[in-house]
Amino acid sequence: MGRVVLVTGVSRDIGRRFARAAATDPSIDRVIGVDVVPPHGDIGDVSFVRADIRNPVIGKVLAKEDVDTVVHMSVIATPGSAGGRGTMKELNVIGTMQLLAACQKSPTVERLVVKSTTTVYGAGPRDPAMFTEDMGPKRLPSSGYAKDVYEVEGYVRGFARRRPDVAVTMLRAANVIGPHVVSPITGYFRLPVVPRVLGYDPRLQFLHEDDLMAVLRHAAVSGPPGTFNVAGDGVLVLSQAIRRLGKPSVAMPALAVGRLGATLRQARVSDFSPEQLGFLTYGRGVDTTRMRAQLGFEPAYTTAEAFEDFCRALARSGAERDLVEAGHG
Amino acid sequence: MADGAVDGATVIPIGTGGRPGRGTGRARPSASSRNLAARKTGAGKPGPGEAGPSTAGPSAEGGQPAPAAAARPPVRTEELDPATGVPVGEWLVALQAAALEVFGADWERRLAEQLAFWRRRLEGDYTVDEYGFDQELTERFFMTALRPIAEKWFRIEVRGIDNIPADGGALIVSNHSGTVPIDSVMTMLTVHDRTGRFLRPLGADLVFRLPVVSTMARRSGATLACTEDAERMLSGGELVGVWPEGFKGIGKPFSERYKLQRFGRGGFVSAALRTGVPIVPLSVVGAEEIYPLVGNLPSLARLLGVPYIPITPFFPLLGPLGLVPLPSKWLMEFGEPIRTDAYDASEAEDPMLVFNVTDQVRETIQQTLFDLLRRREGVFR
Repeated sequence: MGRVVLVTGVSRDIGRRFARAAATDPSIDRVIGVDVVPPHGDIGDVSFVRADIRNPVIGKVLAKEDVDTVVHMSVIATPGSAGGRGTMKELNVIGTMQLLAACQKSPTVERLVVKSTTTVYGAGPRDPAMFTEDMGPKRLPSSGYAKDVYEVEGYVRGFARRRPDVAVTMLRAANVIGPHVVSPITGYFRLPVVPRVLGYDPRLQFLHEDDLMAVLRHAAVSGPPGTFNVAGDGVLVLSQAIRRLGKPSVAMPALAVGRLGATLRQARVSDFSPEQLGFLTYGRGVDTTRMRAQLGFEPAYTTAEAFEDFCRALARSGAERDLVEAGHG
Repeated sequence: MADGAVDGATVIPIGTGGRPGRGTGRARPSASSRNLAARKTGAGKPGPGEAGPSTAGPSAEGGQPAPAAAARPPVRTEELDPATGVPVGEWLVALQAAALEVFGADWERRLAEQLAFWRRRLEGDYTVDEYGFDQELTERFFMTALRPIAEKWFRIEVRGIDNIPADGGALIVSNHSGTVPIDSVMTMLTVHDRTGRFLRPLGADLVFRLPVVSTMARRSGATLACTEDAERMLSGGELVGVWPEGFKGIGKPFSERYKLQRFGRGGFVSAALRTGVPIVPLSVVGAEEIYPLVGNLPSLARLLGVPYIPITPFFPLLGPLGLVPLPSKWLMEFGEPIRTDAYDASEAEDPMLVFNVTDQVRETIQQTLFDLLRRREGVFR
């Protein structure tokens, strides 16, 4: 018996690539991609359904296609792509609520995989060195992405209580990095001069994009229910990462970095999110014991290797750009 | 003294003292040399007692000697061409000698090591553990910089170092004193130098809120003093250090020196009970005297969000000079380890047991402190 997998958020790169990869998986029969706008790139064997998860139409899709696995990937990190914080919040929170409501009504759904993030733990001076899945944020997030994720996780837990027969796997992924990833953190490292918060050197953990694909597929096909931190082994500190990147950096007070971030966001140079400032000040580490022991997943890249791959891709694209410019000139 | 005889030898001053002549030491130059000097025209000759040229000074300098000097060909050394330079061989010898001077006998290896170290630092090619501990930087920079202070300034004397287990998790519990937590830094250094193990201190959350300090703390192996981190480190087999008195300990007035403050809520004991590691009590004598705290500015401290603003006899009176700690003699005594593996991990939830063990540790440290104080000869020696 093959599976029918519904993937939300396929208009974004990570969602589209996951849907494509899932469609090639022999144990998966069909992949249905759902989003408000059609995806930009090639989606291979994925059948795309243009539907807004913010309204009940999604329930009809679930029923009509006999979906048994739902992979929810449309929680977005920055308002940049959605067009405003209001829309972003609506997409994230109301979208999740509608999706979960539809799943609750559906008799066929047996598995729900939610791609969450370690941002939910927040970042602050009173954080433990390594967060395990049982810990919550030390201070509840008051706004932005972190708050959305926190609320989304709350609704997912509620759903897991109401439908104990559905296996709910929540993956809290560390900052995803890789040659194709467009995210606040990769945008930050792509800046020509990397700003740092004066006097702080946060610990960072990365997850390679290939590992994210692998863990999502693993969870969609055979993942046990539960909440799991997913991150590459080891940590890098920010100054070390910038050195490995070989870029100049400038240290400035937290206030100035925040202002600079806001300016960059307004100028659409880089999608610098406000919670990123806390992350770049205090950093965060998550414990991945449960990922190995219970989820049975082993990332192929360590944090350092994932970052190295990103550095290589960055150097390559920089060289290509230089080549193109030289060709034009 | 000009031509005086010392022990029978005639001392002849060298040089002419600016007067013409051969520098024979005589006050009056010879007749021929007098003829060489600029001759005054017209106005009266110098008196017999006076040295002629000295009175004729200004007019003489602008006058005849200048053309005379110009007429003489300049003196030259033979090889003036810089292109040939210093021979390569000589450069090599000189550099080798310099390297030998700076790095000692095995200079080649050490220089290579040094360069490799800097290359690694600049390329970010080093590893930190999950708490942000950078072993290489700690060993090669922080500890090297602090070692002279420990050995030459505080002259730390250690007893009972064998009480620290050679491997596996252990919890070192120490008294805290000295206005600025130098005692924890010195304990880290001492433990590393004597046992080769790294002491991983647990720090207050203020430490991790401050810029620079937080970075240095994480780099040198510290982490936040919370149950999660303490248990994680202890079960990971690390040697963990706690100072349960916290700011109450280091910020107490000088008059209360060597009186242990309240030991928090005994969180360190429950962490040790849960992980079953031994508790090693440590008593440090000498740290109380480095900055005698005689006053405090509570309102300013509250404004800045720090526990206290210290006033010592020298700070802020002498400004930065007041930051130099007094060179007290330090004694450190590691006590007999208190074993916790006999208890069940679930007994960590028993508050009475936790309080009892906390009191036992506290009493041990306090008694050892009194004992050490009785035995020390003086504050500074």
